[in-house]
Amino acid sequence: MTELSTATIPAVPPWADPEAQPFLRLDGVSKSFGGFEAVRGVSLDIYRGELFCLLGGSGCGKSTLLRMLAGFERPSAGRVLIDGEDQAGRAPHARPTNMMFQSYALFPHMSVEKNIAYGLKRDGLPRAEIATRVADILSLVQMTPFAKRKPDQLSGGQRQRVALARALVKRPKLLLLDEPLGALDRKLREETQFELKKIQAEVGITFVVVTHDQEEAMTLSSRIGVMNAGEIVQVGTPHEIYEHPHSRFVANFIGSVNCIEGRVTGREGALLRLACPDLGAEVTVESGFEAGAGERVALALRPEKIAMGRAARPGFENTVTGRIEEVAYMGNLTIFQVGLDSGARLRVTQSNTTRTDAEVPRIGETVQLQWSGAAGFVLAA
Amino acid sequence: MRQKFPVMTAIAVLGFVFLYAPILSLIVFSFNESRLVTVWSGFSLKWYGELFRDTQILEAAWLSLKIAGLSASLALVIGTLAAFALVRFGRFRGRMALGVMVSAPLVMPEVIVGLSLLLLFVSMEGLIGWPGGRGLLTITIAHATFGAAFVAVVIQSRLVTMEMDLEEAALDLGARPLRVFFDVTLPVIAPALVSGWLLAFTLSLDDLVIASFVSGPGASTLPMVIFSKVRLGVSPDVNALATLIIVIVSIAVTIAALHITRSNKHAAR
Ligand SMILES: Nc1ncnc2c1ncn2[C@@H]1O[C@H](COP(=O)(O)OP(=O)(O)OP(=O)(O)O)[C@@H](O)[C@H]1O
Ligand SMILES: [Mg+2]
Repeated sequence: MTELSTATIPAVPPWADPEAQPFLRLDGVSKSFGGFEAVRGVSLDIYRGELFCLLGGSGCGKSTLLRMLAGFERPSAGRVLIDGEDQAGRAPHARPTNMMFQSYALFPHMSVEKNIAYGLKRDGLPRAEIATRVADILSLVQMTPFAKRKPDQLSGGQRQRVALARALVKRPKLLLLDEPLGALDRKLREETQFELKKIQAEVGITFVVVTHDQEEAMTLSSRIGVMNAGEIVQVGTPHEIYEHPHSRFVANFIGSVNCIEGRVTGREGALLRLACPDLGAEVTVESGFEAGAGERVALALRPEKIAMGRAARPGFENTVTGRIEEVAYMGNLTIFQVGLDSGARLRVTQSNTTRTDAEVPRIGETVQLQWSGAAGFVLAA
Repeated sequence: MRQKFPVMTAIAVLGFVFLYAPILSLIVFSFNESRLVTVWSGFSLKWYGELFRDTQILEAAWLSLKIAGLSASLALVIGTLAAFALVRFGRFRGRMALGVMVSAPLVMPEVIVGLSLLLLFVSMEGLIGWPGGRGLLTITIAHATFGAAFVAVVIQSRLVTMEMDLEEAALDLGARPLRVFFDVTLPVIAPALVSGWLLAFTLSLDDLVIASFVSGPGASTLPMVIFSKVRLGVSPDVNALATLIIVIVSIAVTIAALHITRSNKHAAR
C-alpha cells in the first residue's frame, strides 16, 4: 500500500511544493439551479497522478461538481482548467475527461466488449488497435472471460469493473468517478477499494472520486476535499483531515469525536490551559490555536486517544474519573460511554488485544480516563 | 389448490366462459354448413370460400390494412417526438399545455373527435383545396392523431424509466448528440417503439366511429363493411372473417407479449 502511493506521489507531495503546477484547477466555481446554490465558490487545485476524493453528505453538491468537470453542467460562475486549458463552453465529448457513473450506465444492448470499444470507435481508431486495447483493459480488470456477455448477465462487482474499464480504455487525462463502489456490498467494496487504487497506480491517470463514505475516502485518497452545503470546507491528506480538522463539522464527519466546551485560562509555550466545567478539571492541550485568556473554545478528543483503566497510570497530563454507563462490543474494538460527575459523557474506544474479557471494565465500574497533551486539539467554540 | 378453493375455481371458470363462450361459438359456427347461424347442420368450409370471393370485403380489408400501417407509422413519429419533448426538454413554455393536449384524444369521446376532424377537413378543402375529397388520406390522418396519443404515452413511460446517464455516458465517451440518439436511445427504447406501433395499428384496424365520420364514398374500411353487413342480418361469412381476424390478432398479441416480457427482463436488471 505504501509502495503504491509512493509510486504515484513523489517524496515531496506536489500540494506541498509551491513550484508545482496544478493539473486541474477550479477557480471560484458555483452552480445554481433556479434560486438554489448547489455548489458555492469552490476553488481547488488537484495535481497530476492524485487520487482525490470529494467527500460529503447526501445532497452537498458532490455530483454537481463532478458533472461540471465532465461538462454535463455549466458552471454559473467560475472557471474549470484542465492541464491549463479553460473548459468553458466545451461539450462532454470534447473534454479530456471520462466519467464512471454511479449507476455504471452500461449500454444494455451491447456486450461487455462492445461497451468498452464504444469510446475508441467514436475516436475513429483503427480496428486492430481497438481490439488490442480492449483486450488489454479486459485483462487489467480481470474480465476477459466475460467479454461476450451482456451487462444484465453480470454481477454487480463485474459491472462495476466493466464501467471502470470503459472509462479507462480511452486513457483520459482525468478520470471522474461518481460513487464508484456505492452499489457494492461491504466486503466486495473493501476488496475493490484496493483494486481501484492498484489500477490507478498502474495507469497513472489522475482520479477524482466522489463518495459519501468516509472510510472509503480514507482508504483511497491521496487527498480529501470535505464538502458541506455546496462548499469545500477542508482539503488535506487523510491524516491531516483526521488528526487536524479545522472545524467541528469536519471532526464529526470523519470518525467520531468528543467535543468538550471550555475557556482558555492561559498558555505555557506550546501548551494551552483550558478550564472545562464538564470535566471538572483544568486540562492542558498542545495547540497553536490563537486564543486569548477567557475565550470560549472546545477541546476535541478522539475516543481512541483516551486511555482507560481501573487505576490511574503515570505519564499523562490529564486525568478525570468516570463511571461506565454503556458498553458496545464491536469485535475488533469496544466502545464505552463513560459518565462524568458533571453529568457529561465521554466516548472511549479500546482495541481488543486479547480474546479474554477479564480485563475489560464492566458497566457501573469506576474508571480513570487519561490523555496526553498531544492527544486532543482545540476548535473554535 | 382445486380441492382447497372450489368456490374460487367455479368463479374463475364462470368468468372464462362468460368471456370466451361468444367467441368460441362464433368460431364454431363459421364452420357450419347451414345459413342459419343458430342451427348446426354439419362441418363445412364453404363460408371461407364465399369470403374470399367477396371483393367488397377483400377490398375493405386491404384498405384497412393500408390505413392501419400508414397511420401507425405516422403516429409513431409524431408520438415519439412529443414524448421526447415532454420528457427530455426539461421545462419549457407550453409544456403543460402540450402534455394535456397530447393525452386528450385518449379520453375524448370518439364521436366528438370524428365530428371535429370532419369539420376540419371540410373547411380546409373549402379554404385551400386540400385534402381533395375524403377517403384513405383523411382516415389515415384521423387515425394518426389518436394513434400518436397512445404512442406518446407508451414512449413517455419508457423514457421516464430510461436513465439519462446512458445517454450522458455515450456523450462522455465521445459521441455527438445525433450519434447518441441512434446508438443508444433508439436501441434502448426499441421495444416501446414496437409496442407503440402495434397499439396504433390495432386501434386503427379496430376503429369504426371516427372512420365513418371522415371517410367518403368508395372508401369503406373493414369495420364499416362488417357493420353494414350485420345490420342486414348476420351472415356466416362474417363469422368466417371474424375467425380469421381472431387468429391473426392472437398470433400478433402472443408475439408482442413475448417481446415485451423479454425486454422487461432486460430493463429490470
Ligand atoms: N438538475 C437539478 N435541478 C435542480 N436541483 C438540482 C439538480 N441537480 C442537483 N440539484 C440539487 O443540488 C443539490 C446537490 O446535488 P448533488 O447531486 O450534487 O448532491 P450529491 O452531493 O451528489 O448527493 P448524493 O450523495 O446524494 O449523490 C441537491 O440539493 C439537489 O437537489
Ligand atoms: Mg451524487
